[in-house]
Amino acid sequence: MKRLVMKMKYEVRFSGTGGQGIIRCAVLLAEAALYDGYFAAQSQVYGPESRGGSSQGEVVIKDTPIYYPKVTVPDVLLCLSQEAYNKYAGDIAEGGLLICDSDFVQPDGREGDTVQLCRLPMLETARDKLQNELSANVLALGVLVGLTNVVSAAAVHRALANNFKAKILPLNLTAYQEGFQMAQNQAAALNK
Amino acid sequence: MTEIKNKHVQLMQGNEACALGAIKAGASFFGGYPITPSTEIAEYIAREFPKLGRYFMQMEDEIASIGAMIGASMVGHKAFTATSGPGFSLMQELIGYAAVAEIPLVIIDVMRFGPSTGLPTMPQSGDIMQARWGTHGDHSIIALSPSSVQEAYYTTIRAFNLAEQYRTPVVVLLDEKIGHLREGFDISQDLEPKIINRADFVDKAATSAGGGKYLPFANTPSGVPPFVPLGQGERYHFTGLTHNQAGFYTADAEQVATFMHRLCHKIEDHVNEIAEVEQLDCAGADCVIIAYGAVARSAQEAMMELQSQGYKVGLLRLKTIWPFPAEQIREVCADKKLVVMPEMNMGQLAVEAKAALIGSGVPFHSITQVNGRLIAPPPIMQAVIEQMAEHSVKQGGGR
Repeated sequence: MKRLVMKMKYEVRFSGTGGQGIIRCAVLLAEAALYDGYFAAQSQVYGPESRGGSSQGEVVIKDTPIYYPKVTVPDVLLCLSQEAYNKYAGDIAEGGLLICDSDFVQPDGREGDTVQLCRLPMLETARDKLQNELSANVLALGVLVGLTNVVSAAAVHRALANNFKAKILPLNLTAYQEGFQMAQNQAAALNK
Repeated sequence: MTEIKNKHVQLMQGNEACALGAIKAGASFFGGYPITPSTEIAEYIAREFPKLGRYFMQMEDEIASIGAMIGASMVGHKAFTATSGPGFSLMQELIGYAAVAEIPLVIIDVMRFGPSTGLPTMPQSGDIMQARWGTHGDHSIIALSPSSVQEAYYTTIRAFNLAEQYRTPVVVLLDEKIGHLREGFDISQDLEPKIINRADFVDKAATSAGGGKYLPFANTPSGVPPFVPLGQGERYHFTGLTHNQAGFYTADAEQVATFMHRLCHKIEDHVNEIAEVEQLDCAGADCVIIAYGAVARSAQEAMMELQSQGYKVGLLRLKTIWPFPAEQIREVCADKKLVVMPEMNMGQLAVEAKAALIGSGVPFHSITQVNGRLIAPPPIMQAVIEQMAEHSVKQGGGR
């Protein structure tokens, strides 16, 4: 799978269910982008509930100041629930990237032919291999960065260290590495 | 591993920037009740104020919250709260009290979609008129509207300064989209704005300690009487009843009229010092977009895109909503061929802007959106293009 090249404006949308850490995932990416010297704006749409319901976090990354801070046509969409896929998959940019959980999302092609599709068992890997389903969001971020290289490893590590207490940081670093590696393996398989 | 390029920048939320601004301004009392989408401010202050030896009080509701703030401000605290539409509604009665008793307060209203419970997590600039006329009776008020996270910080500091300088409640009208937006802010590069304190205006000679009798509601030339907090040597009276210069009830026609004029004019007469606007490419523009808050960001993007298509468009951003900068709007817009004003409400402030331009002959077009979403640049661009065509302003200028 070819790596997406950084361009003037890069838009990423993370979507899933409330409680999956979707917004935290968006915060981590925006923070990493700032550390890499870009402008970043992170916003979200969520319902009045704190768990359940659909959740959506978005990040705009640019090399010039950001005025309108919302994502309109995402270059990358992450979906951790079928509802999120149904709602947002049609919005992806032509030639964009769709990352779905392979157990919870069944794509029906609405993303269009030009979109690169990456389906990985992110929630299962977090639950079974890392023994912590809560780390699925950071694992998903690892997948996203592994496929796109949108931010540097140093910037992500700094963002993780800034967002997680010392006690849970090692788990999150492991989750990030796991996701990053899953992306590398996927890319290698596709390039064969 | 590559190195970190930008070491000092922080990803900061608008609400967090307000809390930091309040701390910087010297706020020492927070009285509030949590409400989406403002809760992050209370959370931040609850965590940080105890460490600084300042007071955080969670009250039983918003009515009690503003009561506690008023008491704290009377004895010399810089008091503030953070709320949203429904809580702001509950505060209105005591906002009137604070206006008439001339008690400095800062109310950060992170506006959510209303009326009533509405859409708690979604934006609407719905409290523009509530900030102005939510409480009964003639009075004046100051309301500010930041458009970015960094500006939320400086606007909050300015709100505290204006509250002390003009002895008045000041409202920070923050769009939910700015309150919850996270963007980069390098606070190590803080511009260190001047912090204004109540004592700056207290001339010793004007107090009874200086030999004369301290008049807490004196008819000073500026219209703002110096405020010696209770418990600092002066004994006087506060009341919500219309009062004389000493603070006691009066129904004397002349004294009542003098008081009412001073109360309104102390702010309205200083509109040019209080009201800040930002002009972008307004000189030489055919069309000016007037916007504030989060919508001003969409308007700026629309402006840049229209300019790239050859349209002569400028942006007049209102950083201050009240007192309304009518004169500044007239100066910038009166000779234009078109003024458009997008708002995330049914046109609350367009009424004022349109009134400011009466007699100028400039076509005025209000763009409204009330669907719980931030207005995007395309509808603004479309309105400008359509209206320019309707009023036959050619692309690239020329009449």
